[in-house]
Amino acid sequence: MEYADAKPQTDPVRTAVRKPNRLNKHEKWYGYLFISPMVIGYVVFLLIPIAAAFSMSFTNASLLHDSEFIGLANYKKAFTEDPLFWQTVGHTLYFSLGLIPLNLILALGLAVLLNRKLPFIGFFRTAIFTPVVTSIVVWSIVWKYIFATDNGLMNQLLKLVGITGPAWLYNMELAMPVVIVVSVLKNVGLNMVIFLAALQDVPKMYYEAATIDGASKRRTFFSITLPMISPSLFLALILTLIGSLKVFSQIQVMTDGGPGTSTYVLVYYIYQQAFKIFEFGYASAIAFILFFLVLVLTIIQWNLRKRWVHHEQ
Amino acid sequence: MSNKQKTWLRNTPVYLALVAVSVLVLFPFFWMVTTALKEQTKIFLFPPQWLPSPVQWHNFADVFKVQPQFPLYFWNSLYTSVLVTAGTCLFAALAGFAFAKLQFPMRNLIFLVLLTGMMIPTEVTAIPMFNWFTKLQLTDTHFPLIVPPMLGAGGMFGVFLLRQFFIGVPAELDEAAKIDGCSPWTTFWRIMFPLAGPSLATLAIFTFLHSWDNYFDPLIYISSDRLFTLPVGLKLFTDTAGTEWQLLMAASVIATLPLLIVFFFAQKRFIEGVALTGLK
Repeated sequence: MEYADAKPQTDPVRTAVRKPNRLNKHEKWYGYLFISPMVIGYVVFLLIPIAAAFSMSFTNASLLHDSEFIGLANYKKAFTEDPLFWQTVGHTLYFSLGLIPLNLILALGLAVLLNRKLPFIGFFRTAIFTPVVTSIVVWSIVWKYIFATDNGLMNQLLKLVGITGPAWLYNMELAMPVVIVVSVLKNVGLNMVIFLAALQDVPKMYYEAATIDGASKRRTFFSITLPMISPSLFLALILTLIGSLKVFSQIQVMTDGGPGTSTYVLVYYIYQQAFKIFEFGYASAIAFILFFLVLVLTIIQWNLRKRWVHHEQ
Repeated sequence: MSNKQKTWLRNTPVYLALVAVSVLVLFPFFWMVTTALKEQTKIFLFPPQWLPSPVQWHNFADVFKVQPQFPLYFWNSLYTSVLVTAGTCLFAALAGFAFAKLQFPMRNLIFLVLLTGMMIPTEVTAIPMFNWFTKLQLTDTHFPLIVPPMLGAGGMFGVFLLRQFFIGVPAELDEAAKIDGCSPWTTFWRIMFPLAGPSLATLAIFTFLHSWDNYFDPLIYISSDRLFTLPVGLKLFTDTAGTEWQLLMAASVIATLPLLIVFFFAQKRFIEGVALTGLK
């Protein structure tokens, strides 16, 4: 660099060498220019709003009156005075804990079945993945129609075998399980594909070694396959968990929180408080509790993933 | 028995299980399409009518008669999704290129900070943003459906994906471009952006899907029905008198078709894209 700088600019050969250096000075500004849309977006649409939501959670902000600072009152209300908040947390956990094992076990089972060279395997993979690329609103509408009380297909099929079907989506006990099953069928293809890729990444020699040692299929699965794909399993677990904590569309379309409040989940409650009755302060507090949960899960995931990557190297 | 027959026989349980799950997930599509073609009186017939007879193709035309604004909803969904997708790809590629290939102070720190944006849920930022957009009179416009998704959490995911890609491009290539006198913009636009095709396709597919499926944002921001997008517009087929299921299903078919067409043409990219983001 010094060498090039020391030469007079008029030398045509040197100019060619110098050019990158001269550009290096500008490169900095190009760099800042190129990242500026995303940096501005980050500040305006993520950083400031999240800070504003946090500070709003300490006020009684609402469409109806001016906002005042009320300290921790919203959080106190949520944790100690509002039974609906705890119900909402309970319903969200019910949804997550119902969905996750069903989704992960079915996805893993399907991935294992698909991980072989057989005719039509590609067709099944595509078929089971199709709901993933379908609109969740349309998916929920169709299932709402299938589970309609009087003349829905599900109850008509039950009627054919002489059973009077329940009012699925209008039944306190059944509404949530129906939403869970519908959500599993919508998204199981996503985890299935992630697991399938992980299975195909397991080196063949491990299986050959196991066969030589006379290991049973079951033993091979639990001692080789599962440990080898555990990073993907864990990633899928966390992503599915975060997604399930934010469930909204299928609830809004299929049950609208009902019957009663039996399918109120966190995001539905935020939506109802913020955009139906315009209690922004209280809604922000609930939203921040949700954000905190997602944050903790993401940090756990990042830390453990780092550890796994380290192991692999 | 031939070898082929043996393979089939031995794998019968595998096929049975796969067929069962496939039927379960494909059935809603079958039921949606057949209902869309049924006569209104045959919708809730008992025992259920499996195949429409007579086939009522005019149900699709009736969608547009009952909801004259339906083409508008389709257009609103289409153009907002295309803009979000194009913007996300361009800005994410620019930033990803800068983070991977250009030297500037605090480069890696800024990148790490941007990454944290991926975990901020829209449902949390929506409350203050709703307030601001109301003050700026931007609610009941398509602005909140286009710009925040483009430069928000989805955009940050794009930056991450494209930076990963550009890091893999050999340094000789951009050094050669530099020596030939290319400015960083020319290097980006002429060399790097075209190279990133496969990564951009993955990002584009997911962004489009996400935007087409966006329900929360139009639900809270849009109140005039001429500005509705499809997911919100579909609700209009249900009124106090009940639901016209054959029309709602026909409308749903129309709303789903673009996604399915994109999927069947870009299947491999879709599935590989998911697999890659899952592994990395």
